Amino acid sequence: MFSYCSDPDTLGTFGWFSCYLSNGVHMSFYLSFVKVLLLLAITAPVALGFGFLGAMASRSRVLPLRWLGKGYIAIVRGVPDIAFFLFFVIALDQMFEWTRHQILCPDWTDPVRQGNDFLVCPQAKLPLGTSPEWMHETYGFFLAVITFALVFGAFAANVLFGAMRAVPRPQLETAEAYGMSHRQTFWRILVPQMWVYALPGLSNLWMVLIKATPLLFLLGVEDIVYWARELGGTKTSRFTSYPHGDWRMWYFLFLLVFYLGFTRISEIVLDRIMKRLTFGQATAGGEAQRKAAA
Amino acid sequence: MSCWQTIQDYGLRSIGIGERLLPKTDFTLCEQFTLIGSGMIWNIYFGVLALITGFFFASALAIGKASSNRLYRKPAEWFIFLFRGSPLFIQFFFAYFLFLNLKGVHPFFDPFTAAWLGALIVLFLNTSAYTAEIFYGALLSIPKGDVEAADAYGMSGWPRFRRIVWPTMLRLAWPAYTNEAIFLFHATTLVYFSGFPAWRQKGDALYYASYFADKTFNPFIPYPILAFYFIIFTLIIVGVFGLINNRLNRHLPGERRSKMRLRPNLIR
Repeated sequence: MFSYCSDPDTLGTFGWFSCYLSNGVHMSFYLSFVKVLLLLAITAPVALGFGFLGAMASRSRVLPLRWLGKGYIAIVRGVPDIAFFLFFVIALDQMFEWTRHQILCPDWTDPVRQGNDFLVCPQAKLPLGTSPEWMHETYGFFLAVITFALVFGAFAANVLFGAMRAVPRPQLETAEAYGMSHRQTFWRILVPQMWVYALPGLSNLWMVLIKATPLLFLLGVEDIVYWARELGGTKTSRFTSYPHGDWRMWYFLFLLVFYLGFTRISEIVLDRIMKRLTFGQATAGGEAQRKAAA
Repeated sequence: MSCWQTIQDYGLRSIGIGERLLPKTDFTLCEQFTLIGSGMIWNIYFGVLALITGFFFASALAIGKASSNRLYRKPAEWFIFLFRGSPLFIQFFFAYFLFLNLKGVHPFFDPFTAAWLGALIVLFLNTSAYTAEIFYGALLSIPKGDVEAADAYGMSGWPRFRRIVWPTMLRLAWPAYTNEAIFLFHATTLVYFSGFPAWRQKGDALYYASYFADKTFNPFIPYPILAFYFIIFTLIIVGVFGLINNRLNRHLPGERRSKMRLRPNLIR
Protein backbone atom coordinates (compact mmCIF):
# COMPACT_ATOMS: atom_id res chain seq x y z
CA MET A 1 0.00 0.00 0.00
CA PHE A 2 2.80 2.41 0.87
CA SER A 3 5.42 3.27 -1.72
CA TYR A 4 8.32 1.91 0.32
CA CYS A 5 6.72 -1.53 0.51
CA SER A 6 8.14 -2.76 -2.77
CA ASP A 7 11.02 -4.54 -1.05
CA PRO A 8 9.97 -5.62 2.46
CA ASP A 9 13.23 -7.45 3.25
CA THR A 10 15.10 -4.20 3.70
CA LEU A 11 12.63 -2.58 6.10
CA GLY A 12 12.96 -2.06 9.85
CA THR A 13 10.46 -3.57 12.31
CA PHE A 14 7.99 -0.71 12.22
CA GLY A 15 8.10 -0.28 8.48
CA TRP A 16 7.77 -4.02 7.96
CA PHE A 17 4.66 -4.24 10.12
CA SER A 18 3.06 -1.20 8.51
CA CYS A 19 3.48 -2.90 5.14
CA TYR A 20 2.51 -6.34 6.41
CA LEU A 21 -0.68 -5.16 8.08
CA SER A 22 -1.82 -3.19 5.04
CA ASN A 23 -1.25 -5.77 2.30
CA GLY A 24 -4.09 -7.16 0.21
CA VAL A 25 -5.04 -10.19 2.30
CA HIS A 26 -5.15 -8.08 5.45
CA MET A 27 -7.65 -5.83 3.75
CA SER A 28 -9.86 -8.91 3.32
CA PHE A 29 -9.32 -9.61 7.01
CA TYR A 30 -10.51 -6.12 7.94
CA LEU A 31 -13.41 -6.47 5.52
CA SER A 32 -14.50 -9.61 7.35
CA PHE A 33 -15.01 -7.50 10.48
CA VAL A 34 -17.47 -5.45 8.44
CA LYS A 35 -19.10 -8.74 7.46
CA VAL A 36 -19.60 -9.63 11.12
CA LEU A 37 -21.06 -6.23 11.91
CA LEU A 38 -23.31 -6.49 8.87
CA LEU A 39 -24.52 -9.89 10.04
CA LEU A 40 -25.37 -8.42 13.44
CA ALA A 41 -27.13 -5.43 11.88
CA ILE A 42 -29.29 -7.63 9.64
CA THR A 43 -29.87 -10.53 12.01
CA ALA A 44 -30.94 -8.57 15.06
CA PRO A 45 -34.11 -7.04 13.54
CA VAL A 46 -34.99 -10.20 11.59
CA ALA A 47 -34.59 -12.34 14.71
CA LEU A 48 -36.73 -9.87 16.62
CA GLY A 49 -39.37 -10.25 13.92
CA PHE A 50 -39.25 -14.04 14.13
CA GLY A 51 -39.38 -13.76 17.89
CA PHE A 52 -42.44 -11.57 17.71
CA LEU A 53 -44.20 -14.02 15.41
CA GLY A 54 -43.20 -16.92 17.65
CA ALA A 55 -44.46 -15.18 20.77
CA MET A 56 -47.70 -14.26 19.01
CA ALA A 57 -48.17 -17.84 17.86
CA SER A 58 -47.48 -19.34 21.26
CA ARG A 59 -50.18 -17.22 22.91
CA SER A 60 -52.63 -17.69 20.07
CA ARG A 61 -56.12 -19.03 20.75
CA VAL A 62 -55.87 -21.47 17.85
CA LEU A 63 -54.47 -24.71 19.24
CA PRO A 64 -52.28 -25.88 16.33
CA LEU A 65 -50.75 -22.42 16.04
CA ARG A 66 -50.00 -22.42 19.75
CA TRP A 67 -48.32 -25.81 19.44
CA LEU A 68 -46.28 -24.51 16.55
CA GLY A 69 -45.09 -21.50 18.54
CA LYS A 70 -44.33 -23.45 21.70
CA GLY A 71 -42.66 -26.25 19.77
CA TYR A 72 -40.45 -23.76 17.93
CA ILE A 73 -39.26 -22.27 21.22
CA ALA A 74 -38.83 -25.61 22.99
CA ILE A 75 -36.91 -27.45 20.28
CA VAL A 76 -34.42 -24.71 19.55
CA ARG A 77 -33.76 -24.26 23.26
CA GLY A 78 -33.28 -27.94 24.05
CA VAL A 79 -30.58 -28.74 21.53
CA PRO A 80 -27.06 -27.32 21.20
CA ASP A 81 -27.28 -24.31 18.93
CA ILE A 82 -24.18 -25.25 17.01
CA ALA A 83 -26.01 -28.38 15.87
CA PHE A 84 -28.73 -26.12 14.55
CA PHE A 85 -26.24 -24.02 12.70
CA LEU A 86 -24.76 -27.05 11.00
CA PHE A 87 -28.21 -28.50 10.32
CA PHE A 88 -30.00 -25.46 8.96
CA VAL A 89 -27.37 -24.46 6.46
CA ILE A 90 -27.71 -27.76 4.60
CA ALA A 91 -31.42 -28.16 5.25
CA LEU A 92 -32.34 -24.66 4.07
CA ASP A 93 -30.20 -24.98 0.98
CA GLN A 94 -31.81 -28.28 0.07
CA MET A 95 -35.26 -26.92 0.80
CA PHE A 96 -34.78 -23.96 -1.54
CA GLU A 97 -33.31 -26.12 -4.28
CA TRP A 98 -36.01 -28.74 -3.92
CA THR A 99 -38.76 -26.11 -4.14
CA ARG A 100 -37.22 -24.58 -7.23
CA HIS A 101 -36.77 -28.04 -8.64
CA GLN A 102 -40.48 -28.78 -8.28
CA ILE A 103 -41.44 -25.51 -9.95
CA LEU A 104 -38.81 -25.22 -12.68
CA CYS A 105 -38.43 -28.81 -13.79
CA PRO A 106 -41.79 -30.57 -13.52
CA ASP A 107 -40.76 -33.12 -16.17
CA TRP A 108 -37.75 -34.36 -14.23
CA THR A 109 -38.30 -38.02 -13.41
CA ASP A 110 -35.17 -39.08 -11.51
CA PRO A 111 -35.47 -39.05 -7.75
CA VAL A 112 -33.85 -36.10 -6.02
CA ARG A 113 -32.11 -38.28 -3.46
CA GLN A 114 -29.93 -40.89 -5.11
CA GLY A 115 -28.02 -42.81 -2.49
CA ASN A 116 -25.68 -40.29 -0.93
CA ASP A 117 -26.36 -37.54 -3.44
CA PHE A 118 -28.82 -34.73 -3.61
CA LEU A 119 -29.49 -34.02 -7.27
CA VAL A 120 -31.72 -31.32 -8.70
CA CYS A 121 -31.92 -30.15 -12.29
CA PRO A 122 -29.28 -27.57 -13.31
CA GLN A 123 -31.80 -24.74 -13.58
CA ALA A 124 -32.81 -25.23 -9.96
CA LYS A 125 -29.31 -24.97 -8.54
CA LEU A 126 -28.79 -22.13 -6.12
CA PRO A 127 -26.91 -20.09 -7.05
CA LEU A 128 -26.81 -21.13 -10.72
CA GLY A 129 -23.63 -22.88 -11.75
CA THR A 130 -22.88 -20.09 -14.19
CA SER A 131 -23.24 -17.22 -11.73
CA PRO A 132 -20.17 -15.25 -10.62
CA GLU A 133 -18.23 -15.82 -7.43
CA TRP A 134 -19.79 -12.97 -5.45
CA MET A 135 -23.24 -14.52 -5.97
CA HIS A 136 -22.05 -17.70 -4.23
CA GLU A 137 -20.66 -15.72 -1.33
CA THR A 138 -23.78 -13.60 -0.99
CA TYR A 139 -25.94 -16.71 -1.05
CA GLY A 140 -23.82 -18.30 1.70
CA PHE A 141 -24.09 -15.15 3.77
CA PHE A 142 -27.84 -15.03 3.18
CA LEU A 143 -28.21 -18.62 4.42
CA ALA A 144 -26.17 -17.71 7.50
CA VAL A 145 -28.43 -14.76 8.24
CA ILE A 146 -31.57 -16.90 8.04
CA THR A 147 -30.00 -19.57 10.24
CA PHE A 148 -28.97 -17.06 12.87
CA ALA A 149 -32.37 -15.41 12.72
CA LEU A 150 -34.18 -18.74 13.13
CA VAL A 151 -32.15 -19.76 16.18
CA PHE A 152 -32.15 -16.37 17.84
CA GLY A 153 -35.76 -15.84 16.89
CA ALA A 154 -36.64 -18.70 19.22
CA PHE A 155 -34.71 -17.09 22.06
CA ALA A 156 -36.33 -13.74 21.34
CA ALA A 157 -39.73 -15.41 21.19
CA ASN A 158 -39.14 -16.76 24.65
CA VAL A 159 -38.21 -13.33 26.00
CA LEU A 160 -41.14 -11.59 24.33
CA PHE A 161 -43.56 -14.29 25.45
CA GLY A 162 -42.47 -13.65 29.04
CA ALA A 163 -42.71 -9.90 28.56
CA MET A 164 -46.26 -10.18 27.20
CA ARG A 165 -47.27 -12.11 30.27
CA ALA A 166 -45.59 -9.54 32.53
CA VAL A 167 -47.87 -6.72 31.42
CA PRO A 168 -50.29 -6.19 34.30
CA ARG A 169 -53.56 -8.02 33.73
CA PRO A 170 -55.81 -5.06 34.75
CA GLN A 171 -54.45 -3.09 31.80
CA LEU A 172 -55.91 -5.65 29.42
CA GLU A 173 -59.12 -5.93 31.39
CA THR A 174 -59.56 -2.16 31.21
CA ALA A 175 -59.10 -2.30 27.47
CA GLU A 176 -61.78 -4.99 27.24
CA ALA A 177 -64.07 -2.91 29.41
CA TYR A 178 -63.69 -0.08 26.92
CA GLY A 179 -65.01 -2.41 24.29
CA MET A 180 -61.78 -3.05 22.44
CA SER A 181 -61.60 -6.19 20.40
CA HIS A 182 -58.97 -8.85 21.03
CA ARG A 183 -56.82 -7.53 18.21
CA GLN A 184 -57.10 -3.92 19.32
CA THR A 185 -56.15 -4.83 22.88
CA PHE A 186 -53.10 -6.66 21.63
CA TRP A 187 -51.79 -3.93 19.37
CA ARG A 188 -52.78 -0.83 21.32
CA ILE A 189 -52.29 -1.91 24.93
CA LEU A 190 -50.14 -5.02 25.21
CA VAL A 191 -47.45 -4.37 22.58
CA PRO A 192 -46.57 -0.79 23.56
CA GLN A 193 -46.25 -1.77 27.22
CA MET A 194 -44.29 -4.98 26.94
CA TRP A 195 -40.99 -3.46 25.78
CA VAL A 196 -39.91 -2.29 29.24
CA TYR A 197 -40.24 -5.84 30.50
CA ALA A 198 -38.58 -7.30 27.42
CA LEU A 199 -35.55 -5.04 27.40
CA PRO A 200 -33.33 -6.78 29.98
CA GLY A 201 -33.89 -10.09 28.23
CA LEU A 202 -33.33 -8.63 24.80
CA SER A 203 -30.12 -6.85 25.78
CA ASN A 204 -28.88 -10.11 27.23
CA LEU A 205 -29.75 -11.71 23.92
CA TRP A 206 -27.79 -9.06 22.03
CA MET A 207 -24.69 -9.91 24.07
CA VAL A 208 -25.20 -13.56 23.32
CA LEU A 209 -25.67 -12.79 19.63
CA ILE A 210 -22.37 -10.92 19.55
CA LYS A 211 -20.65 -13.90 21.10
CA ALA A 212 -22.27 -16.24 18.59
CA THR A 213 -20.87 -14.46 15.54
CA PRO A 214 -17.64 -16.50 15.35
CA LEU A 215 -19.84 -19.49 14.55
CA LEU A 216 -20.22 -17.95 11.09
CA PHE A 217 -17.00 -19.79 10.41
CA LEU A 218 -18.83 -23.10 10.70
CA LEU A 219 -21.37 -21.96 8.14
CA GLY A 220 -18.69 -21.65 5.50
CA VAL A 221 -18.55 -17.86 5.41
CA GLU A 222 -15.08 -16.33 5.16
CA ASP A 223 -15.31 -14.50 8.45
CA ILE A 224 -12.77 -13.25 10.96
CA VAL A 225 -12.01 -16.71 12.33
CA TYR A 226 -11.33 -18.00 8.83
CA TRP A 227 -8.96 -15.15 8.04
CA ALA A 228 -7.22 -15.32 11.41
CA ARG A 229 -6.42 -18.96 10.76
CA GLU A 230 -5.34 -18.27 7.19
CA LEU A 231 -3.17 -15.26 7.89
CA GLY A 232 -1.66 -16.50 11.11
CA GLY A 233 -0.35 -19.78 9.74
CA THR A 234 3.33 -20.17 9.03
CA LYS A 235 4.37 -18.43 5.80
CA THR A 236 7.59 -19.18 3.96
CA SER A 237 9.30 -16.73 1.65
CA ARG A 238 8.38 -18.84 -1.35
CA PHE A 239 4.74 -17.81 -1.25
CA THR A 240 4.79 -14.36 0.26
CA SER A 241 7.12 -11.44 0.63
CA TYR A 242 6.25 -11.32 4.34
CA PRO A 243 7.46 -14.63 5.77
CA HIS A 244 6.73 -15.31 9.44
CA GLY A 245 6.25 -18.16 11.89
CA ASP A 246 3.03 -19.45 13.40
CA TRP A 247 1.25 -16.29 14.55
CA ARG A 248 -2.24 -17.72 14.86
CA MET A 249 -2.09 -17.26 18.62
CA TRP A 250 -1.61 -13.50 18.21
CA TYR A 251 -4.38 -13.23 15.67
CA PHE A 252 -6.78 -14.97 17.99
CA LEU A 253 -5.61 -12.81 20.87
CA PHE A 254 -6.55 -9.84 18.73
CA LEU A 255 -10.01 -11.35 18.09
CA LEU A 256 -10.40 -11.96 21.83
CA VAL A 257 -9.62 -8.30 22.54
CA PHE A 258 -11.97 -7.21 19.77
CA TYR A 259 -14.85 -9.15 21.29
CA LEU A 260 -14.08 -7.97 24.81
CA GLY A 261 -14.12 -4.37 23.61
CA PHE A 262 -17.27 -4.89 21.63
CA THR A 263 -19.21 -6.44 24.52
CA ARG A 264 -17.96 -3.72 26.88
CA ILE A 265 -19.19 -0.96 24.57
CA SER A 266 -22.53 -2.72 24.13
CA GLU A 267 -22.85 -3.02 27.88
CA ILE A 268 -22.36 0.71 28.35
CA VAL A 269 -24.78 1.66 25.56
CA LEU A 270 -27.47 -0.76 26.73
CA ASP A 271 -27.14 0.57 30.27
CA ARG A 272 -27.84 4.07 28.98
CA ILE A 273 -30.88 2.91 26.99
CA MET A 274 -32.23 1.10 30.01
CA LYS A 275 -31.80 4.20 32.16
CA ARG A 276 -33.68 6.29 29.65
CA LEU A 277 -36.48 3.76 29.23
CA THR A 278 -37.06 3.29 32.96
CA PHE A 279 -37.27 7.04 33.45
CA GLY A 280 -40.69 7.81 34.84
CA GLN A 281 -41.82 4.17 34.80
CA ALA A 282 -43.68 2.71 37.75
CA THR A 283 -41.03 0.04 38.27
CA ALA A 284 -38.36 -0.39 40.91
CA GLY A 285 -35.74 1.08 38.58
CA GLY A 286 -37.81 4.14 37.80
CA GLU A 287 -38.59 4.64 41.47
CA ALA A 288 -34.89 4.50 42.35
CA GLN A 289 -34.16 7.16 39.71
CA ARG A 290 -36.88 9.39 41.10
CA LYS A 291 -35.52 9.07 44.63
CA ALA A 292 -31.97 9.75 43.52
CA ALA A 293 -33.07 12.95 41.81
CA ALA A 294 -35.10 14.19 44.76
CA MET B 1 -24.36 -57.00 9.84
CA SER B 2 -26.73 -57.08 12.75
CA CYS B 3 -27.32 -54.07 14.90
CA TRP B 4 -25.87 -55.83 17.93
CA GLN B 5 -22.66 -56.41 15.99
CA THR B 6 -22.57 -52.71 15.07
CA ILE B 7 -22.94 -51.73 18.70
CA GLN B 8 -20.07 -54.03 19.63
CA ASP B 9 -17.91 -52.55 16.87
CA TYR B 10 -18.68 -48.90 17.29
CA GLY B 11 -20.18 -48.48 20.76
CA LEU B 12 -16.85 -47.35 22.22
CA ARG B 13 -15.33 -46.10 18.96
CA SER B 14 -14.96 -42.55 20.27
CA ILE B 15 -12.45 -43.68 22.90
CA GLY B 16 -10.60 -45.91 20.49
CA ILE B 17 -12.05 -49.32 21.34
CA GLY B 18 -13.52 -51.47 18.59
CA GLU B 19 -13.50 -51.17 14.83
CA ARG B 20 -10.86 -48.79 13.55
CA LEU B 21 -12.43 -47.65 10.28
CA LEU B 22 -15.60 -45.62 10.32
CA PRO B 23 -18.37 -46.85 8.02
CA LYS B 24 -17.91 -45.39 4.56
CA THR B 25 -21.00 -46.26 2.54
CA ASP B 26 -24.54 -47.56 3.04
CA PHE B 27 -25.01 -46.05 6.45
CA THR B 28 -27.67 -47.78 8.47
CA LEU B 29 -29.76 -46.05 11.07
CA CYS B 30 -28.18 -48.33 13.66
CA GLU B 31 -24.67 -47.21 12.76
CA GLN B 32 -25.63 -43.58 13.06
CA PHE B 33 -27.32 -44.11 16.42
CA THR B 34 -24.37 -46.09 17.76
CA LEU B 35 -21.58 -43.79 16.62
CA ILE B 36 -23.29 -40.57 17.66
CA GLY B 37 -24.12 -42.17 21.00
CA SER B 38 -20.52 -43.26 21.36
CA GLY B 39 -19.48 -39.66 20.76
CA MET B 40 -21.68 -38.62 23.68
CA ILE B 41 -19.05 -40.19 25.95
CA TRP B 42 -16.82 -37.21 25.24
CA ASN B 43 -19.60 -34.71 25.82
CA ILE B 44 -20.33 -36.31 29.17
CA TYR B 45 -16.64 -36.45 30.04
CA PHE B 46 -16.12 -32.74 29.30
CA GLY B 47 -19.39 -31.67 30.86
CA VAL B 48 -19.09 -33.61 34.12
CA LEU B 49 -15.42 -32.90 34.82
CA ALA B 50 -15.64 -29.21 33.94
CA LEU B 51 -18.76 -28.85 36.05
CA ILE B 52 -17.30 -30.53 39.13
CA THR B 53 -13.94 -28.78 39.06
CA GLY B 54 -15.51 -25.49 38.02
CA PHE B 55 -17.89 -25.62 40.96
CA PHE B 56 -15.11 -25.25 43.53
CA PHE B 57 -13.15 -22.65 41.63
CA ALA B 58 -16.36 -20.68 41.06
CA SER B 59 -17.10 -20.64 44.79
CA ALA B 60 -13.65 -19.19 45.43
CA LEU B 61 -14.06 -16.63 42.64
CA ALA B 62 -17.47 -15.54 43.89
CA ILE B 63 -16.12 -14.97 47.38
CA GLY B 64 -13.20 -13.11 45.86
CA LYS B 65 -15.53 -10.87 43.88
CA ALA B 66 -17.66 -10.16 46.95
CA SER B 67 -14.59 -9.44 49.07
CA SER B 68 -13.96 -5.90 50.27
CA ASN B 69 -10.24 -6.34 49.74
CA ARG B 70 -9.19 -4.97 46.34
CA LEU B 71 -6.39 -7.51 46.14
CA TYR B 72 -8.93 -10.33 45.92
CA ARG B 73 -11.73 -8.47 44.21
CA LYS B 74 -9.95 -7.05 41.16
CA PRO B 75 -8.42 -10.30 39.86
CA ALA B 76 -11.73 -12.10 40.30
CA GLU B 77 -13.61 -9.33 38.51
CA TRP B 78 -11.15 -9.33 35.63
CA PHE B 79 -11.18 -13.08 35.32
CA ILE B 80 -14.97 -13.16 35.16
CA PHE B 81 -15.10 -10.32 32.65
CA LEU B 82 -12.47 -11.95 30.46
CA PHE B 83 -14.27 -15.25 30.18
CA ARG B 84 -17.83 -13.95 30.07
CA GLY B 85 -17.07 -11.14 27.67
CA SER B 86 -15.53 -13.17 24.87
CA PRO B 87 -16.93 -16.05 22.83
CA LEU B 88 -16.08 -19.55 24.00
CA PHE B 89 -15.32 -20.44 20.40
CA ILE B 90 -12.53 -17.85 20.22
CA GLN B 91 -11.27 -18.94 23.65
CA PHE B 92 -10.90 -22.49 22.36
CA PHE B 93 -8.98 -21.32 19.31
CA PHE B 94 -6.73 -19.04 21.29
CA ALA B 95 -6.00 -21.67 23.93
CA TYR B 96 -5.21 -24.29 21.30
CA PHE B 97 -2.69 -22.10 19.52
CA LEU B 98 -1.26 -20.92 22.82
CA PHE B 99 -0.66 -24.52 23.88
CA LEU B 100 0.78 -25.24 20.45
CA ASN B 101 3.33 -22.48 20.96
CA LEU B 102 4.11 -23.61 24.50
CA LYS B 103 4.65 -27.11 23.22
CA GLY B 104 7.60 -25.79 21.22
CA VAL B 105 9.06 -24.35 24.42
CA HIS B 106 8.80 -27.42 26.61
CA PRO B 107 7.58 -30.99 25.99
CA PHE B 108 5.64 -30.79 29.27
CA PHE B 109 2.88 -29.06 27.32
CA ASP B 110 2.42 -31.93 24.85
CA PRO B 111 -0.84 -33.27 26.30
CA PHE B 112 -2.33 -29.77 26.45
CA THR B 113 -2.77 -29.66 22.69
CA ALA B 114 -4.99 -32.73 22.85
CA ALA B 115 -8.67 -32.09 23.38
CA TRP B 116 -9.04 -34.26 26.48
CA LEU B 117 -6.87 -31.89 28.51
CA GLY B 118 -6.63 -28.59 26.62
CA ALA B 119 -10.34 -28.22 25.90
CA LEU B 120 -11.17 -29.40 29.39
CA ILE B 121 -9.08 -26.59 30.86
CA VAL B 122 -10.82 -23.99 28.72
CA LEU B 123 -14.24 -25.36 29.61
CA PHE B 124 -13.25 -25.43 33.28
CA LEU B 125 -12.16 -21.78 33.25
CA ASN B 126 -15.16 -20.72 31.22
CA THR B 127 -17.77 -22.42 33.36
CA SER B 128 -16.00 -21.16 36.49
CA ALA B 129 -16.45 -17.60 35.31
CA TYR B 130 -20.14 -18.03 34.45
CA THR B 131 -20.87 -19.94 37.64
CA ALA B 132 -18.94 -17.44 39.74
CA GLU B 133 -21.18 -14.66 38.45
CA ILE B 134 -24.25 -16.69 39.43
CA PHE B 135 -22.83 -17.47 42.88
CA TYR B 136 -21.81 -13.86 43.36
CA GLY B 137 -25.36 -12.74 42.68
CA ALA B 138 -26.65 -15.31 45.16
CA LEU B 139 -24.08 -14.26 47.74
CA LEU B 140 -25.36 -10.69 47.59
CA SER B 141 -28.97 -11.78 48.04
CA ILE B 142 -28.47 -13.87 51.17
CA PRO B 143 -31.06 -12.61 53.65
CA LYS B 144 -29.51 -10.26 56.18
CA GLY B 145 -31.32 -12.05 59.02
CA ASP B 146 -29.58 -15.37 58.31
CA VAL B 147 -26.15 -13.84 58.76
CA GLU B 148 -27.26 -11.88 61.83
CA ALA B 149 -28.65 -15.04 63.40
CA ALA B 150 -25.31 -16.75 62.85
CA ASP B 151 -23.58 -13.84 64.52
CA ALA B 152 -25.95 -14.11 67.44
CA TYR B 153 -25.01 -17.76 67.88
CA GLY B 154 -21.39 -16.70 68.11
CA MET B 155 -20.40 -18.10 64.74
CA SER B 156 -17.86 -16.29 62.65
CA GLY B 157 -15.25 -16.89 60.03
CA TRP B 158 -15.07 -20.38 58.59
CA PRO B 159 -17.91 -22.04 60.58
CA ARG B 160 -20.29 -19.27 59.68
CA PHE B 161 -19.32 -19.51 56.03
CA ARG B 162 -19.54 -23.29 55.87
CA ARG B 163 -22.75 -23.71 57.80
CA ILE B 164 -24.76 -20.59 56.93
CA VAL B 165 -23.46 -18.52 54.03
CA TRP B 166 -22.40 -21.26 51.63
CA PRO B 167 -25.51 -23.46 51.86
CA THR B 168 -27.78 -20.44 51.51
CA MET B 169 -25.79 -19.23 48.54
CA LEU B 170 -26.13 -22.63 46.86
CA ARG B 171 -29.84 -22.77 47.60
CA LEU B 172 -30.43 -19.35 46.03
CA ALA B 173 -28.15 -19.97 43.07
CA TRP B 174 -29.37 -23.47 42.27
CA PRO B 175 -32.00 -22.78 39.57
CA ALA B 176 -29.61 -20.54 37.65
CA TYR B 177 -26.82 -23.03 38.18
CA THR B 178 -28.97 -25.75 36.62
CA ASN B 179 -29.23 -23.63 33.50
CA GLU B 180 -25.50 -23.14 33.50
CA ALA B 181 -24.99 -26.91 33.68
CA ILE B 182 -27.27 -27.54 30.70
CA PHE B 183 -25.60 -24.72 28.90
CA LEU B 184 -22.12 -26.06 29.55
CA PHE B 185 -23.19 -29.46 28.38
CA HIS B 186 -24.35 -27.95 25.09
CA ALA B 187 -21.13 -25.97 24.81
CA THR B 188 -19.05 -29.16 24.87
CA THR B 189 -20.09 -29.72 21.26
CA LEU B 190 -17.85 -26.83 20.19
CA VAL B 191 -14.64 -28.60 21.16
CA TYR B 192 -13.90 -30.50 17.97
CA PHE B 193 -14.88 -27.60 15.73
CA SER B 194 -12.39 -25.18 17.19
CA GLY B 195 -8.87 -26.22 16.39
CA PHE B 196 -8.55 -29.17 18.72
CA PRO B 197 -8.01 -32.12 16.39
CA ALA B 198 -10.07 -35.29 16.63
CA TRP B 199 -7.19 -37.72 16.74
CA ARG B 200 -7.91 -40.91 14.77
CA GLN B 201 -11.46 -39.70 14.30
CA LYS B 202 -12.20 -40.01 17.99
CA GLY B 203 -14.67 -37.17 18.29
CA ASP B 204 -17.74 -36.14 20.17
CA ALA B 205 -21.38 -36.61 19.18
CA LEU B 206 -21.55 -33.56 16.94
CA TYR B 207 -18.33 -34.59 15.23
CA TYR B 208 -19.88 -37.89 14.18
CA ALA B 209 -23.21 -36.28 13.32
CA SER B 210 -21.53 -33.84 10.97
CA TYR B 211 -19.44 -36.70 9.57
CA PHE B 212 -22.63 -38.50 8.56
CA ALA B 213 -24.23 -35.31 7.27
CA ASP B 214 -21.19 -34.62 5.11
CA LYS B 215 -21.02 -38.14 3.77
CA THR B 216 -24.70 -38.65 3.02
CA PHE B 217 -25.50 -35.00 2.28
CA ASN B 218 -28.65 -35.62 4.27
CA PRO B 219 -28.87 -33.61 7.50
CA PHE B 220 -32.32 -34.90 8.36
CA ILE B 221 -31.17 -38.13 10.02
CA PRO B 222 -27.94 -37.52 12.01
CA TYR B 223 -28.90 -34.16 13.52
CA PRO B 224 -32.27 -35.29 14.88
CA ILE B 225 -30.47 -38.29 16.41
CA LEU B 226 -28.05 -35.88 18.06
CA ALA B 227 -30.97 -33.77 19.24
CA PHE B 228 -32.61 -36.87 20.68
CA TYR B 229 -29.50 -37.70 22.74
CA PHE B 230 -29.11 -34.16 23.95
CA ILE B 231 -32.72 -33.80 24.97
CA ILE B 232 -32.45 -37.01 26.99
CA PHE B 233 -29.30 -35.84 28.74
CA THR B 234 -30.77 -32.41 29.35
CA LEU B 235 -33.71 -34.11 31.06
CA ILE B 236 -31.31 -36.19 33.17
CA ILE B 237 -29.47 -33.04 34.27
CA VAL B 238 -32.75 -31.36 35.15
CA GLY B 239 -33.77 -34.43 37.16
CA VAL B 240 -30.52 -34.74 39.10
CA PHE B 241 -30.30 -31.04 39.82
CA GLY B 242 -33.93 -31.06 40.88
CA LEU B 243 -33.16 -33.73 43.49
CA ILE B 244 -30.26 -31.69 44.82
CA ASN B 245 -32.49 -28.64 44.84
CA ASN B 246 -35.01 -30.50 46.98
CA ARG B 247 -32.30 -31.45 49.41
CA LEU B 248 -30.96 -27.91 49.63
CA ASN B 249 -34.45 -26.61 50.35
CA ARG B 250 -35.57 -29.40 52.67
CA HIS B 251 -35.68 -27.19 55.79
CA LEU B 252 -38.11 -24.72 54.25
CA PRO B 253 -41.87 -24.98 54.69
CA GLY B 254 -43.58 -26.49 51.65
CA GLU B 255 -44.98 -23.45 49.93
CA ARG B 256 -41.85 -21.38 50.31
CA ARG B 257 -39.74 -23.91 48.47
CA SER B 258 -38.77 -22.28 45.25
CA LYS B 259 -39.96 -24.25 42.29
CA MET B 260 -37.26 -24.84 39.74
CA ARG B 261 -37.89 -22.47 36.88
CA LEU B 262 -35.84 -23.25 33.85
CA ARG B 263 -34.84 -20.33 31.74
CA PRO B 264 -33.44 -20.33 28.22
CA ASN B 265 -30.11 -21.89 27.34
CA LEU B 266 -28.16 -19.59 25.13
CA ILE B 267 -24.88 -19.66 23.30
CA ARG B 268 -21.95 -18.16 25.04
